[in-house]
Amino acid sequence: MAEYERSQHDVLIVGAGGAGLRAAIAAADAKVSVGLVCKSLLGKAHTVMAEGGIAAALANVDDRDNWRVHFADTMRGGQYLNNWRMAELHAKEAPDRVKELEAWGALFDRTADGRILQRNFGGHKYPRLAHVGDRTGLEMIRTLQDHAIHLGIDVFMECTVIALLKDGDRVAGALSYERDRGRFRLHTAKAVVLATGGIGKAFKITSNSWEYTGDGLALAYDAGAELIDMEFVQFHPTGMIWPPSVRGILVTEGVRGEGGILLNREGRRFMFDDIPENYRNQTADNEEEGWRYTQGDKSARRPPELLTRDHVARCIVREVREGRGSPHGGVFLDIAWIKRRLPNAAEHIKKKLPSMYHQFKELADIDITEQPMEVGPTTHYMMGGIRVDGDTQMSTVLGLFAAGEVAAGLHGANRLGGNSLSDLLVFGKRAGDYAAKFASTAAAPRLDPTAVDTAARQALEPFAASASGNGAISPFQIQHELQASMQDLVGIVRNEADMTRALGTLSQLNAQAAHVAVSGNREFNPGWHTALDIRHQLIVAEAVTRSAIERKESRGAQFREDFPEKGADYGRFNIVVRKGASGAMELSRRPIPPLPPELAQVIEEMK
Amino acid sequence: MTPNNATTAPASAVPSSPPGGSASPPAQARFDLWRGGATGGRFVPYTTPVSEGMVVLDAVLQIQAEQANDLAARWNCKAGKCGSCSAEVNGKPRLMCMTRLSDLDLTKPVTVEPMRSFPPIKDLVSDVSWNFHVKKGIRPFTPRPPDAPDGTWRMAQADVDRVQEFRKCIECFLCQDVCHVLREHHDHDVFIGPRFLVYTAALEMHPLDVADRTADLRKAHGIGYCNITKCCTSVCPEHITITDNAIIPLKEQVVDAFYDPIGRLVKIFSRRSAPR
Repeated sequence: MAEYERSQHDVLIVGAGGAGLRAAIAAADAKVSVGLVCKSLLGKAHTVMAEGGIAAALANVDDRDNWRVHFADTMRGGQYLNNWRMAELHAKEAPDRVKELEAWGALFDRTADGRILQRNFGGHKYPRLAHVGDRTGLEMIRTLQDHAIHLGIDVFMECTVIALLKDGDRVAGALSYERDRGRFRLHTAKAVVLATGGIGKAFKITSNSWEYTGDGLALAYDAGAELIDMEFVQFHPTGMIWPPSVRGILVTEGVRGEGGILLNREGRRFMFDDIPENYRNQTADNEEEGWRYTQGDKSARRPPELLTRDHVARCIVREVREGRGSPHGGVFLDIAWIKRRLPNAAEHIKKKLPSMYHQFKELADIDITEQPMEVGPTTHYMMGGIRVDGDTQMSTVLGLFAAGEVAAGLHGANRLGGNSLSDLLVFGKRAGDYAAKFASTAAAPRLDPTAVDTAARQALEPFAASASGNGAISPFQIQHELQASMQDLVGIVRNEADMTRALGTLSQLNAQAAHVAVSGNREFNPGWHTALDIRHQLIVAEAVTRSAIERKESRGAQFREDFPEKGADYGRFNIVVRKGASGAMELSRRPIPPLPPELAQVIEEMK
Repeated sequence: MTPNNATTAPASAVPSSPPGGSASPPAQARFDLWRGGATGGRFVPYTTPVSEGMVVLDAVLQIQAEQANDLAARWNCKAGKCGSCSAEVNGKPRLMCMTRLSDLDLTKPVTVEPMRSFPPIKDLVSDVSWNFHVKKGIRPFTPRPPDAPDGTWRMAQADVDRVQEFRKCIECFLCQDVCHVLREHHDHDVFIGPRFLVYTAALEMHPLDVADRTADLRKAHGIGYCNITKCCTSVCPEHITITDNAIIPLKEQVVDAFYDPIGRLVKIFSRRSAPR
């Protein structure tokens, strides 16, 4: 085996957003040695951008709330494709995970009697989101980071995992490269937790940063793990759309939670025009009732702007397609109107939505206390991911765990806002706990030197292509074409013909990727990094597209214009993707296990 | 607005022209980007198309994708929330993602270089790892015992609000970059810099925290080196009033504790008599 920088840990965690940090803390608390690899600097992962809050049935604002309501809301939002065990654990454990953050120094906004305040959010029956203005993610990641740095965890910043290593059927570690010098590092580990987040960069318009290239999904897939629900990509209804350079940047659902309304160019509040049957009983009949709901009136039902994200995004697309969009191809989101209802509305908006105020003021010259925002859908979140055991978060590969966005199950066909941060905490902890438990009884793994050297050699191929002069294709060019193709052909509104074309494009890009060339040397080289990223992106894009073709119905985040209705049969299984023996992608259908009677009863009661 | 009225006019029209009423920007602009490594470097000129609303980071990433694939630059959120893309634009410490081209004079080349108070790695990226080491040396959050039997605390919004300003910090380290104690005098070994004074202030003023960092501030953290020139405050992208709201109160705390023996005695006794 060639020479490598080396490190050895009981548990190796890949990714340092909310799930990775929470897993690292749990593993360190279990007194095993922990390595934490992150693609960026510590504290910069996407969790930092989460705005709205953490969903947890604390019942501080509305005492009718409890885990059963949260569970039912999550299942309804996910169109019952969820892993019900995860939805149950999540609803039960989220309150403790939030309180724990407070014990580590997080400072949430308060109720009048000094407890954690909770706000309204789409799909949640009661005010449920613990929050800090609209910068909850920053508070959460900083709290976890500042707690974790005192626990003896070895942190490898700006370090990217390029391959998982196995010892027979079990995971044995990972090969990474350290960006500053471009050197490889060989990690031996008894257990590995993937917490790498999502895939947003597979699309052109996204709220995700350059990091979200589906690394964990592709690494797990290559290691033999199963992925599920890959067709369910969440398009957040409200991203910025103007000016062009900010297109896709998120506008928190919190704007609507605080009373913001959606209007088309005619000034019509179009969300009242189409209310899905399964939410009709929970939705306000008129604007007055909707407003009272946002102001805490317990007898009022929520305004239609707070329906689930899949539905709101589709309504916006409909308005734009039918010629009622805003000047730059979106709709208006207006929070300024509340000045007709509230004294000191401008101050109230700045207090509750400070980073939205700041973002629009500085990037778009819009004062949201005076003017409406222009918004449109943006690729935001991956419901699908690595199939895991609901209790332990272990994947179908022994010793390989996954938590957070990279794992699938909790959200089913559509995630409710606020359920992501709680997901990170609940299942980050569980993954860390069980990975530590696994590691403490596992023997030291053996690394296969040939596999290590092969992974290293493959990672360096783009330099060889460059030197040989055969390949003049830039990795950025391939990435842009992949993003454009997925955006145009596998976006919010899908059909079989488009998606079949997308598969053709992906196949061509795969062929080109073999000849991708990078310039310069190995030190901090974004071209090289992108050449490695696109391998992951191509796998993920193919998995999304094939799964979306396989699901011939519309449900949750998947809307098929060729199959616009829900298909009853399709509610009974998840679509599974795995790498076949030949290396080709294989799809299968995995029946959803029946709900235990006590959970079925909860859903029935909450209908 | 009347109930049941589903037609509501937007509060006002959306501006259709760029800010400031300026004429349309030039179709392309020149960017002199610092290229080099640990041992030195130089500005390399690039010309790239510019369009409405663009920020410096857009131009840098466009140049990276189209002309210089190996151009090193750090960034993540591109929305001013993560604090990764710190650099010096036309000599001023800025977040590249929040520096709009419409605010710069594009008739002249725009220079972009890495933060100069930290060792260079490559191109626009410098080695900020020192900051992560410093943070570890600050006494961690230590809460008082919970107020309620269920292990939770009660806090007033006003007490929370007092420290939220400091907790807004996105750790971009621009304040560290501009601080002359670090930038000119390279006193990294004896002074933690404005970012970590803000961090300490957030802990010291946290409604639940009971740890005492006063002695550390005076000695290991070198608060005395700060002579309140307020450069840090002026570059903070989160508009945290670093000097006035964080550093000066901490300096007063140190003075009270170490240079005011009578006050100190009073404090000790009052602390004893009033359990927190």
